[in-house]
Amino acid sequence: MTFTLNDEQRMLKDAARDFFREQAPVTRLRKQRDEKKNGRDPDLWREMAAMGWAGVIIPEEFGGVGLGYVALGAVLEEGGRTLVASPLHSSALAGASALLLAGTDAQKQEWLPKIAAGEVTATIAIDEGAHHAPTKSKMKFDGGKLTGEKKYVADGHIADLIIVAGADALYLVKSDAAGLTRRELITADSRGAADLKFEGVAAQKMNGGADVIDAILDRARIGLAAEMVGQASEAFEITSEYLKTRRQFGQVIGGFQALQHRAAKLFTDLELTRSCVLAALDALDRNSNNIAEYASLAKARASETVHLASNEMVQLHGGIGMTDEHDAGLYLKRARVAEALYGGASFHRDRYASLLGF
Amino acid sequence: MTKDLETFRTETRAWLEENCPPSMRTPMTGEDDAVWGGKNYEFKNPEAKLWLERMGAKGWTAPTWPAEYGGGGLSADENRVLQSELKRINARQPLFSFGIWMLGPVLLEYANEEQKKEHLPKIVRGEIRWCQGYSEPGAGSDLAGLQTKCEDKGDHWLINGQKVWTSYANYADWCFCLVRTDTSVKHEGISFVLIDMTTKGVETRPIKLISGSSPFCETFFTDVKVPKHQMVGRLNGGWEIAKRLLMYERTNISGFGSNTRVDVVDLAKKHVGLEGGALEDRDLRARIAAHKMTERAYALSVQRATEEAKAGGNVSHMASMFKVAGATLNQDRCELMVEAAGNRALGWAGEGFSADDLATTRGWLRSKGNSIEGGTTEINLNVVAKRVLGLRDTQ
Ligand SMILES: Cc1cc2nc3c(=O)[nH]c(=O)nc-3n(C[C@H](O)[C@H](O)[C@H](O)COP(=O)(O)OP(=O)(O)OC[C@H]3O[C@@H](n4cnc5c(N)ncnc54)[C@H](O)[C@@H]3O)c2cc1C
Repeated sequence: MTFTLNDEQRMLKDAARDFFREQAPVTRLRKQRDEKKNGRDPDLWREMAAMGWAGVIIPEEFGGVGLGYVALGAVLEEGGRTLVASPLHSSALAGASALLLAGTDAQKQEWLPKIAAGEVTATIAIDEGAHHAPTKSKMKFDGGKLTGEKKYVADGHIADLIIVAGADALYLVKSDAAGLTRRELITADSRGAADLKFEGVAAQKMNGGADVIDAILDRARIGLAAEMVGQASEAFEITSEYLKTRRQFGQVIGGFQALQHRAAKLFTDLELTRSCVLAALDALDRNSNNIAEYASLAKARASETVHLASNEMVQLHGGIGMTDEHDAGLYLKRARVAEALYGGASFHRDRYASLLGF
Repeated sequence: MTKDLETFRTETRAWLEENCPPSMRTPMTGEDDAVWGGKNYEFKNPEAKLWLERMGAKGWTAPTWPAEYGGGGLSADENRVLQSELKRINARQPLFSFGIWMLGPVLLEYANEEQKKEHLPKIVRGEIRWCQGYSEPGAGSDLAGLQTKCEDKGDHWLINGQKVWTSYANYADWCFCLVRTDTSVKHEGISFVLIDMTTKGVETRPIKLISGSSPFCETFFTDVKVPKHQMVGRLNGGWEIAKRLLMYERTNISGFGSNTRVDVVDLAKKHVGLEGGALEDRDLRARIAAHKMTERAYALSVQRATEEAKAGGNVSHMASMFKVAGATLNQDRCELMVEAAGNRALGWAGEGFSADDLATTRGWLRSKGNSIEGGTTEINLNVVAKRVLGLRDTQ
């Protein structure tokens, strides 16, 4: 198990931190929201792709840089800190993983280089109801045509390529295919998503069955957990800075022990969660045989931690935390979306218990 | 792995195979199986004695201490190999020791050569059992408020005062003790002395705990004469040593309370039962799963801290954090075990309950001390808030 980054990964992380702080601070998300872009920011994505981030996990033979999941996790975490809205997770992680794990040779040749270059963005379409339930798909595939519905597909409103999960197979669909209707969702986190309806849509079947769907989902879960650790860390740091400056009763509020203890507990929780996420990313790069366990561990703990960190951020800021002008609300809203995507804490606790045999 | 480490592993495995007695490869059944050593220690099992002697002779009770002081002289990597080999055969810990966990590391850092040569090898071999004389009736969380008086009488120190909550003082051979050598200042008036418990004027009185056992004592010092060379570090320089020792104590402590090896999941399976592969009580199942995740998160974090320390990172701030997290974790586990075992965990004594049942009850009660001993959770949260997060009291 490795928890420390090597030089290459560290450089990538530092570059990502600088880039997001300078080019994509939270004000950028706020601006997108105010301009009703609903998560669309092609300029930003072009710049991110130019840094090579669209192809971090894609091998060089397909036009990527092949640095692996720990490396991509580092970028996702830094993006999480400033709530960057981009296809980094949906395309560079989830879509690319799906093609890498389940794509036919021809599908890989055709799509991976374009994904790596950021020219094409992909996403995975999983859930069909209000909750994450990948095994309950009712998708039908008949004579090369796909029929069914998908709900709340992350970046489903902007992706060019949609990888659709059935109960035990995956299908590749182009977003402009005939018979596909996309209903764009305006979401609380200002990033947007889509409900998709497939009515006899031309689709290519990919390789692998339910196991592969699970393996792809686990990559999406772990990567999202990394992003959530970034969100939680930043929410925590902003809050703890506030505790050191805001004065009441003639002293900074950080001098009150009731608040010190809450901060110290949150910090501890965050550190424990960070270990789980780093271990999970490392497990992916090592191709460990208990990735599923690590994925549920990382996603459940990251969900709980970002939940707490975002709630505490609002509460400890007092009235200002309730205003739209302050960033606390943006962290809170993104937190709940990230928590729910690909299974929330209770889904993963349940899965973890089953994996451990009880 | 390098060739050297491979060789080390092969040799270690062979040695353990030959030297670890069969009964020392079975899980401990409870607190009573722990071997503490010391002059008057009575081994309940001759193999436990043999195991301690063999491990002590190799210095493997303190694997990374320098060989010149009786330690194993192993590198961190070699130690990792040793620990994994011990785990592989489920070997019991040969020795439980405040000397190894707390005193030894500060002696290595602060003691003079003579003191190191005198005390460290005996700690390694489990010949001397140590107790910790820190807390006093009026100085618990506010440890630096301690009053036990230590006066310079020319050729010796004269000590008068009272300590409390001194774990195992009634079994200990020696005590590492904080005493007041200057009453005009608080932190800078404290010194660190080593006291032989057989010295005239030292008296201990056991105190019974809620778990029914009585591992702690009141300790009284009445005109106790202590030779001059038994002070560690400089006069009035004890507070720094005291704090460093607490750091080691906090790092080590979370393992103390766990005195049974019964797994909470196995216990729940046995007493709650499965329905379609899942525990029948779904709420309990979810809470156990969350607990298991925290346990994993904790273990991974310890691993991460070790790795970061090895890479030269400063992880000293982790001690208080781990103390809090470890105490909470252990207490949660014990509560879940009591709940999972149902009325089987509500016994106190007698034949109606198995040894495991009773260990669950006693373990649960003992675990309540985890958030008090070695600095309370509140005090450790204060440390994290102030030293790590930089939140300062302004009053
Ligand atoms: C099982 C066990 C073994 C022990 N073994 C030893 C031993 O071997 N040697 C030894 O010297 N001592 C030992 N101790 C003593 C232990 O270190 C003290 O009990 C501990 O430091 C707390 O001190 P106290 O009991 O005086 O509680 P107090 O200091 O009186 O605290 C009472 C309550 O007030 C809270 N409190 C106090 N100050 C603050 C503050 N500033 N902010 C917030 N809350 C505060 C505490 O957290 C606690 O909840 C042991 C204790 C236990 C339970």
